[in-house]
Amino acid sequence: MDNIGLIGAVSIVTAGLTIAIGSLGPAFGEARTAAQALASIAQQPDESNTITRTLFVSLAMIESTAIYCFVVSMILIFTNPIWDRVLAIAAK
Amino acid sequence: MRLTPDEVVIVQWGVLHLNATIAFTWLVMAVVVGAARLVTLRVTSTDTPSRWQNLLEVLVAGMRNQIRQVSQQDPGRYLPFIGTLFLFIAISNVLAVVPGFIPPTGSLSTTAALALCVLVAVPLYGIVDRGVLGYLRTYVQPTFLMLPFNILGEITRTVALAVRLYGNVMSGTILAAILISIIPFFLPVLMQLLGLLTGLIQAYIFAVLAMVYIAAATRARTREPEDTANATDSNAHQ
Repeated sequence: MDNIGLIGAVSIVTAGLTIAIGSLGPAFGEARTAAQALASIAQQPDESNTITRTLFVSLAMIESTAIYCFVVSMILIFTNPIWDRVLAIAAK
Repeated sequence: MRLTPDEVVIVQWGVLHLNATIAFTWLVMAVVVGAARLVTLRVTSTDTPSRWQNLLEVLVAGMRNQIRQVSQQDPGRYLPFIGTLFLFIAISNVLAVVPGFIPPTGSLSTTAALALCVLVAVPLYGIVDRGVLGYLRTYVQPTFLMLPFNILGEITRTVALAVRLYGNVMSGTILAAILISIIPFFLPVLMQLLGLLTGLIQAYIFAVLAMVYIAAATRARTREPEDTANATDSNAHQ
């Protein structure tokens, strides 16, 4: 396999692995957060405003790890810098 | 597939490019400023305000309330900055359902600029509140060993703020583009609805996180002298 094909194959496989593993952890984390928040609201319904606000903020912070993985995999697939460089070298 | 609206050049004068990000940022700014100006032209203090005035009052009162709850301080000083961040991001995310509108928050340059504003605003509010030396002392707060980590934390949270907003908005537009080719008409509509929800939540989260960072830089001083009193106070409340 030549360099271009090799880089393409590695990029696609890595992008898939990135988003697969990277979404697994935040999914577990968000599930735990939501379950704990629901339990807390059931225990103290009066505090549901504060709990919901903190829940949203913490969900967004947990989710950002998954978003980073998504951005990395999108970069790998659509605007791969190494791919561009190899193409530029090959064009010479 | 475009990852950023920066690449869409609308007009070009010589070396100057007017790309979609700048154009739609100006559009959102014009909408916000124009709408606010139009409504406040006929502002009244009677018992029957117009419905648009009512809307603005609800917005401002809601933002003041949220800022007070998050920061435990008077919201007056923070409302212009935090409220502007929230309104700009929320309106550009919500307008994404309009066909042809490219949300400027889907570009890393816009979100990086907003995050840089927060990066500058945190020390500014901190210095105004506790003085230059007092603010710089927070960097060596637990021990001197924590200085590099505090500086690192300042940088990484700015990057995280920018990439979080960019990734959320960008993923929405890209998913819609991919799904249109798989299941046309039905699924994209659902994704747009979900995009409205996540867009508003992201705007809220950006503003709340900015407020939390600012509050962390300012609040410590007002709490330090009465720390024990506060602790017993909150215990009594529970």
